[in-house]
Amino acid sequence: MTDVMHNFELFQPATLEDARAILGDHQDAWILAGGMDSLDWFKHRVKMPAVVVDIAGIPDLHGIREEDDGGLWIGATTTLTEVNESELVKSRFPALAQAALHVASPQIRNKGTIGGNVSQDTRCPYYRDGFPCYRAGGNTCYANTPTAMNREHALFGVSRCVAVTPSDTAIALTALEAVFTVERAGSRQDILASDFFIGPAIDITRMTALEPGDILVGIRIPGKWAGSRQYFEKVADRQTWDFALVNIAMAAKMENGAISDISMVCGAVECTPRRLTDVESLVRGEKPGQELETLVKRVASRGAEPLNFNHFKIPLMENLAVRAIRSLA
Amino acid sequence: MQTYGPYDPSVDYVPGPAPRPKYTGRANEAGGAETPSWRPLHMSRRNFLRGVACSGVVIGGSSYLFSGTTPARADTRAVERLVRLTVNGRTHSIEVAPNETLATTLRYRLGLTGTKIGCNQAECGACTVIADGITIYSCSTLTHRVRDSEITTIEGIAGEDGTLHPVQQAFIEELAPQCGFCTPGQVVSAVALLNRNPKPTIEEARLAMSGNLCRCGAYDHYLRGVMKASERV
Ligand SMILES: Cc1cc2nc3c(=O)[nH]c(=O)nc-3n(C[C@H](O)[C@H](O)[C@H](O)COP(=O)(O)OP(=O)(O)OC[C@H]3O[C@@H](n4cnc5c(N)ncnc54)[C@H](O)[C@@H]3O)c2cc1C
Ligand code: SF4
Ligand code: FES
Ligand code: FES
Repeated sequence: MTDVMHNFELFQPATLEDARAILGDHQDAWILAGGMDSLDWFKHRVKMPAVVVDIAGIPDLHGIREEDDGGLWIGATTTLTEVNESELVKSRFPALAQAALHVASPQIRNKGTIGGNVSQDTRCPYYRDGFPCYRAGGNTCYANTPTAMNREHALFGVSRCVAVTPSDTAIALTALEAVFTVERAGSRQDILASDFFIGPAIDITRMTALEPGDILVGIRIPGKWAGSRQYFEKVADRQTWDFALVNIAMAAKMENGAISDISMVCGAVECTPRRLTDVESLVRGEKPGQELETLVKRVASRGAEPLNFNHFKIPLMENLAVRAIRSLA
Repeated sequence: MQTYGPYDPSVDYVPGPAPRPKYTGRANEAGGAETPSWRPLHMSRRNFLRGVACSGVVIGGSSYLFSGTTPARADTRAVERLVRLTVNGRTHSIEVAPNETLATTLRYRLGLTGTKIGCNQAECGACTVIADGITIYSCSTLTHRVRDSEITTIEGIAGEDGTLHPVQQAFIEELAPQCGFCTPGQVVSAVALLNRNPKPTIEEARLAMSGNLCRCGAYDHYLRGVMKASERV
């Protein structure tokens, strides 16, 4: 069913101002960055916006800059390849460079943008195939029935919808406590990662705080974790193309061999990146080692409510948390 | 039961049952039913596509491919349909629909059918082309996006005189292609890698080739081919 896309009007504004004007004039306009997520929706004819605004040609949205506090600013249309090859990103935020490197395939990373990666919609196969589920405005969840295939779905934070966040970079950016700059109706807002990604209890039809017409301008990563000990690991069925079954990102600071501060986030277990606050408070002030690993394993997945086919995610998540801590030893 | 005659590779067989001869009500002289005559299409599909690419008239006619129903542009800021596209060093002026992918443009407007469409959704790599030095999936790129890019397809890899690129030569020597459907994409990915990094480690080569699926599973052969070619570029 992926022949030809529906007809749409295509705009390729050269400035942010033009983009704003076009988005203002067309309420149903769809923003296109790398198009790696969008074109799938169009080809399957599940989403058929009449107007598509290609923002990749806007210079203001592109590039990687150093910030005064030792952090970085990354423009929304910077490609994932640019992120994972950037010396600045690699030296300060290796967890993000690794996350970008583990997305999809080289060709997708060459074109897919970091803004599109964090804004992409969930990969629940029922929803992507056009089933009229809760997320699509209907009144049932096809992934949470006794016979549903829900191997890839959520362990936590379920509210009618059991879909998970698909983005690898979102996990790293949340661990690095990034701030998302969004342009909404002519004014700019800075949204913390913890507020940018939203779960079904807040709005079941969206994955992020972006509303129609909003433009994600860039992502600011504060200097707080620059140069700290970082870790990223992703487990997927295949090394290429496949989305994470579980992934983990961690940033930590060490003092005299003990963990003085830490931020640990797990992906693909909840609709939003899940910060493992239990693990964080457990390990602060402790020395990494076998004893600590045993404790981490006990708390990492506390509160998980598996569905029929995703019990395997619990040990996976626990082991990833242990491996992250082990990397600090 | 009617059947087709002996297989003729120059003929495009239409799907479905063989055409039945018209029933004339009487047996023919040999006593049996009339021999069903299989009437080939006049052109093979490949030739037809070549023809399409060269004749503007047919392009207009093949509207099932190119959505003939695009409404007139309501908003004048929208993209023009006429674009200049640089492919393999040649600039073409062509009409491109806003919703057209580069793979479609290359294959059905420019006749560059070496670029394959496998999955049409960024999951196989058969459609890989180089745009400004980097590999992209042409099936998942709007042609309008690459208007200003230098595009290289598999047709632009060998020399003008037909000399094979070291990658192509090495792939032949390593028996890399089996069915060959993924091969154009594999060649393009390998060439792009060696252009950027003429002496890759095997790990770098593996990573660079990881966006190209091979349904025949000839990955090791392709990888060996890349390493062999890297000694010769
Ligand atoms: C086969 C395949 C495998 C994949 N595997 C992975 C994987 O393993 N891990 C992973 O993380 N991702 C994966 N992806 C997803 C892919 O990485 C993302 O689709 C891509 O990064 C999205 O970026 P884009 O620029 O192409 O997005 P687009 O398709 O252009 O945009 C995606 C969405 O974000 C919105 N958007 C984009 N930019 C902005 C902006 N600046 N402001 C407001 N809204 C915006 C668009 O409107 C759209 O809704 C895969 C995709 C495919 C096709
Ligand atoms: S998990 Fe969410 S997206 Fe998937 S079918 Fe259920 S409601 Fe729809
Ligand atoms: S046809 Fe483009 S990736 Fe498969
Ligand atoms: S050779 Fe057949 S798909 Fe690769």
